[in-house]
Amino acid sequence: MSETHKDYAGDKFGMWLFLFTEILLFGGLFLLYSVYLHRYPAEFHAGGLQLSRVFGTLNTVVLITSSLTVALAISALQQGRKALCLWLLTATIALAGTFMVNKYIEWSAKIAHGIYPGSPEMAAGAGGTNIFFGLYYVMTGAHGLHVVIGAAILGYCMLRIWQGRVSAEDFGLLENGGLYWHLVDLIWIFLFPLFYLIS
Amino acid sequence: MHSPGETVPFLDPYPGRSGILSWIFSTDHKRIGMLYLWSILSMFAVGVVLGVLMRLELIAPGRDIMDAQTYNAMFTLHGVVMIFLFVIPGIPAAFGNILLPLQIGAEDVSFPRLNIFSWWLYLTGAVLAVTSLFTGGGPPDTGWTFYVPFSERTTTNVSLAVVAVFILGLSSILTGLNFITTIHRLRAPQMSWGKLPLFTWSLYATAWIQLLATPVLGITVTLVFIERLLGIGLFDPSKGGDPLLYQHLFWIYSHPAVYIMIVPAMGVVSEIIPAFARKSIFGYKAIAISSLAIAFAGSLVWAHHMFTSGMSDTAVMVFSFLTFVVAIPSAVKVFNWVATLYKGSIYLEPPLMFALGFIFLFSAGGLTGLVLGSAGTDIHVHDTYFVVAHFHYVIFGGTGFGLFAAMHFWFPKIFGRMYDRRMANLSWYLLIGGFNMLYFPMFVIGLMGMPRRYYDYLPMYQTGQMVSTIGSWVLVAGLIVMFYGLSKCLHGPRTVGANPWGAATLEWTLPSPPPHLTFLDPPDVPRGPYSYEGVSRDE
Repeated sequence: MSETHKDYAGDKFGMWLFLFTEILLFGGLFLLYSVYLHRYPAEFHAGGLQLSRVFGTLNTVVLITSSLTVALAISALQQGRKALCLWLLTATIALAGTFMVNKYIEWSAKIAHGIYPGSPEMAAGAGGTNIFFGLYYVMTGAHGLHVVIGAAILGYCMLRIWQGRVSAEDFGLLENGGLYWHLVDLIWIFLFPLFYLIS
Repeated sequence: MHSPGETVPFLDPYPGRSGILSWIFSTDHKRIGMLYLWSILSMFAVGVVLGVLMRLELIAPGRDIMDAQTYNAMFTLHGVVMIFLFVIPGIPAAFGNILLPLQIGAEDVSFPRLNIFSWWLYLTGAVLAVTSLFTGGGPPDTGWTFYVPFSERTTTNVSLAVVAVFILGLSSILTGLNFITTIHRLRAPQMSWGKLPLFTWSLYATAWIQLLATPVLGITVTLVFIERLLGIGLFDPSKGGDPLLYQHLFWIYSHPAVYIMIVPAMGVVSEIIPAFARKSIFGYKAIAISSLAIAFAGSLVWAHHMFTSGMSDTAVMVFSFLTFVVAIPSAVKVFNWVATLYKGSIYLEPPLMFALGFIFLFSAGGLTGLVLGSAGTDIHVHDTYFVVAHFHYVIFGGTGFGLFAAMHFWFPKIFGRMYDRRMANLSWYLLIGGFNMLYFPMFVIGLMGMPRRYYDYLPMYQTGQMVSTIGSWVLVAGLIVMFYGLSKCLHGPRTVGANPWGAATLEWTLPSPPPHLTFLDPPDVPRGPYSYEGVSRDE
């Protein structure tokens, strides 16, 4: 109730609990993936070959770099270097944008080749292939949504830092935003081999 | 010395802040709990009306008051409203919010703004669920389980209903997250885990299930939504998918959800029994641990809903065994409650009546659950009225009566007024009588083979169906008497003292109703929650 109440450890604790729920949300999808991989190993192999490893690797590098910039931004804030922190967060959001642009190019290319949910080609093809690309769109789509949300959260952190409400004395919000961003990164680390390197 | 917030009852306007906005944007856990209580009871009324209309349709074979499609929509919405809007949030979100911080000597929950946000999510979900009745291609007709492939193909408004379920799930997750953090971080310094009231223990176990199981439901209903929108075919055999996987994902949440429903009610009963037996609870640790054991074991039994779905015999046997394992912690609780009553100096007040009703009905529901849990007998009664009777005994007889017990127990604390106890007792007899008349015949006609969710039936089931429908009227009469009795005294002077029942947990040390600001300084906790020495009734 009181406005002054601050529980740094409690805020962290709550954030970790929330991250568990995110992992479980994706857990349902990973469960589907594992069952269908077991059922359609050949189609998953063929599907993996059709995805662009160049784009996948590029996006992996982009996201890992963005995790680095977030971690650096938190250190910068803790040392009281506000301007540096804001620049590092801007870089992170720019990297998130790069990731989404890459994703857009990748998806558009696939859709141009008739590979999208409910397309005539998918409907005519083998069930396993349809499932592989169905999961590809659902899982990378859900992940992409999290990238956008994560970038928005970091943008909000920037606003609060700029206002001086989040600072070297009170950096819990940025740390929690950073944790969320690392989770987004981590999920991609699993998605990348499961789709791009499966073949 | 004291600010007005420490003396003005939380139901009255805080000096300088009044009106509806001071409720719907309040971050006070007590006010949020009241918001939940009113919304949940409203939704309960909607669910009851749908249920009674269904029963009325079933009074005789053939068409009576509605066509088959309307009937399908009725049982779907009855399920969705009762499960997601009444039973799951019921005790934790309403009474948990009001009482959890008071029981542990905390000022509020860990995240008060998240708490009011959860209620807004709940309200949004409720509005969407009710809207799905009147918009789109007609009300959903899939049953509350949204089984594929039908839920992907039906032209009714399933999409909106699953969005509502997703939002309600998020609300439930955030409440659970809030409670876990609160219990870990904000207990009064002297409130060790061994002094935690059992209701709080039950909320703790429940919160973990809410947190860990609900995300799976979130993704599952999202997939139904995506399938309806894009037709990917992840659960569609003609496109390479497997509908059985939907059932697995759905029940990975929805079976643990049964324990989200029942465990808080068990917590309520664990508070009431010792208070009215004037005797320390028998087996405090066993009850606390059994809550966690139920939460854990209950997460491993989901596939017992799928014995007839064609999954492997090994899976059937494993899940059947695990289902029997859950019965152990549940029975531990029942035996401990009964042992607490043994040689206690019992005084029979309405809360205890409802708690005893809980034990009786829940035991009946639990034991018939074993009939369903053993794969051999389940094949015979699967998807019959036997199942319907079983889960109404557990959920209505259990959680519903637990909620009624909580209402009668904490009503004087929340409102500072005592209700008409004669009327409460009368309603108890009507409710118990009506309940058994409504649901017991379902066991019988279920064993005879009456399938659930059927619009029409053979003449052989006529007697059972008719008795059941008449029972529903008695039950409704009981509900009316109960709510009338409770609401009748809402306007008198506040005469109830701090501790009308002589209970020993911390909320009874506060005035009734509690002031806006409570436990600004953590209270001393010199003794356990059930040591009644020196605690007197103060009416």
